[in-house]
Amino acid sequence: MADEQKNGAPDEHDEIDLHHETMELKVGPSHPATHGTVRIQLKLDGERIVWSEVEVGYLHRGFEKECESGLYYQAFPYTDRLNYVSPMINNVGYALAVEKLLGVEVPPRCQYLRTIASEVSRMSDHFTCLGACALELGAFTAFLYGVEARELVWDIHDEMCGARVTCNYVRIGGISADVGPEFRAFVHEKLAQIAKLKKDFEDLLLSNPIFIERMENTGLLAKEKLIALGVTGPLLRAAGVPYDVRRAQPYLVYDKLDWDVPIGERGDNMDRFLIRINELNQSTRIIEQCVDQLPDGPVDINDPHVRLAGKGRVYNKMEELIAQFKLVTEGPKPPVGEVYQAVEGGNGELGFYVVSDGSGSPYKLRARSPSFSNTAALTPMIQGQMLADVIPTFDMINMIGGECDR
Amino acid sequence: MAEEQKPAEAAEAPAPSGPTSPILKRLADGFGEKVLSRHEYRGDATAIVDRAALIDVCKLLRDDPELAFDFLMDVTAVDYIGRVPRFEVVYHLYSLVKNHRVRIKVPLEEGDPKLPSVVALWPSADWLERETYDMYGVRFEGHPNLKRIYLYEQFEGHPLRKDYPKEKRQPLIGPGAVHRIPENDDLSI
Repeated sequence: MADEQKNGAPDEHDEIDLHHETMELKVGPSHPATHGTVRIQLKLDGERIVWSEVEVGYLHRGFEKECESGLYYQAFPYTDRLNYVSPMINNVGYALAVEKLLGVEVPPRCQYLRTIASEVSRMSDHFTCLGACALELGAFTAFLYGVEARELVWDIHDEMCGARVTCNYVRIGGISADVGPEFRAFVHEKLAQIAKLKKDFEDLLLSNPIFIERMENTGLLAKEKLIALGVTGPLLRAAGVPYDVRRAQPYLVYDKLDWDVPIGERGDNMDRFLIRINELNQSTRIIEQCVDQLPDGPVDINDPHVRLAGKGRVYNKMEELIAQFKLVTEGPKPPVGEVYQAVEGGNGELGFYVVSDGSGSPYKLRARSPSFSNTAALTPMIQGQMLADVIPTFDMINMIGGECDR
Repeated sequence: MAEEQKPAEAAEAPAPSGPTSPILKRLADGFGEKVLSRHEYRGDATAIVDRAALIDVCKLLRDDPELAFDFLMDVTAVDYIGRVPRFEVVYHLYSLVKNHRVRIKVPLEEGDPKLPSVVALWPSADWLERETYDMYGVRFEGHPNLKRIYLYEQFEGHPLRKDYPKEKRQPLIGPGAVHRIPENDDLSI
């Protein structure tokens, strides 16, 4: 603002030209309107953005380096902290990648429980994204409804693994704990409570003209450009491209369940918001079907060289005892080779590229994180838009620092 | 674990079993010897390509209607220290239309770690190549803005190389500070 005025009052005979210089504005790295540590540099002509650059890396902590120096099973807590609002999806993706490398498949009960875990995490991710979006656009009450719904989602987390956020739930060849007989009723009860809160949340926002004005027709980008930029997840589906890893290349039991891939039309922030609302419904459907169909049986692979055999067998059988000792000290040893395994994370395709040199620790472990590619699309999305549009656009990109910066 | 001493047996795939995947077959038909080798492992098709042919191969992969790889999902590198060539840059491609994936690998010599950038073909390569440069010191020629993405400009070395010690610290204090704690300094108080 100051820049525009320092040229002095214009002579009344001259033409009034207020725009002599652009103003630079730096948002972040720690800014109340960005949930995540990121720095957005802007050049403004009035309130219009003429140039922008996004700087990431404030949460870089060497995920790959850390994982490469540990054993395969020691990477799980680190994957929890990639997208820390949907930790179970990361667990599942990494476990699937290592199992693909080992050439093993987990029992059906485990596959169903992992599917439930993934969808529970997706709901937590979407509620956080939508609630924070409402908050940053000034709707604090709606945020509280979103966060309360997320608390209930985390109750299901809690029931499955005993933790609410840092779950560390999945294991190579299994999961850390089976669920009890009361699980089905518990999940149905929680989902009913969540559905009620979600309805209130929707009603608060979707009949609010201010919210709609700020979301509609902002952050637009053509789907061809989104594809070229490697954008996946709700952002891409909002633009009308029905790409969902769960449907395109099914893993776990997604192909046995009845659910839809919602797609939008225009691809503006409103569509992105509505897609996430709809995906919450789809996740609810998936979880309900999974708990109803949950088969009986073991949750872990019956192979003591991949998954710890229970204490009863370890104490009483020689082979299992040796295998347990070897597995804990040396880790599972996949054959030499490399795999890429993609799962649908909260914000798009989450891929794990694992290279094995035959030892107990990954020679290379790479996480292809959706937030990284999606955040790179912020610059073209806000180009030529108003300053106020940065906030809803960035909210809908839902950049998660832990995943983007690794 | 001192990983830099780890024997770097190259994680090379088992004996190539011939191009069973139609993607690899199509690549082999189009390029012959420029595709150095190809294999499939656990259902993942991989082609190893000479860097001189990378751009042509990528153009074919993107534009051929049978292949139609419109998504560049990931770019990264692997440091096979002790092996010649030492680095491998790895591209993961996905086709929305055909719903298939392929992995392209480009081997690079230790003394000359550079290859052409594919930003002109897939804009998503912009940040991914910057990250690979930041972490491995591989230079992408023709990249419009090849600078570090996660670390700061004064950072020395490339941390994901296997000869970069995990415990090494290079803290940057204050904006653009040049002051750094010496390498052997005991950080414990």
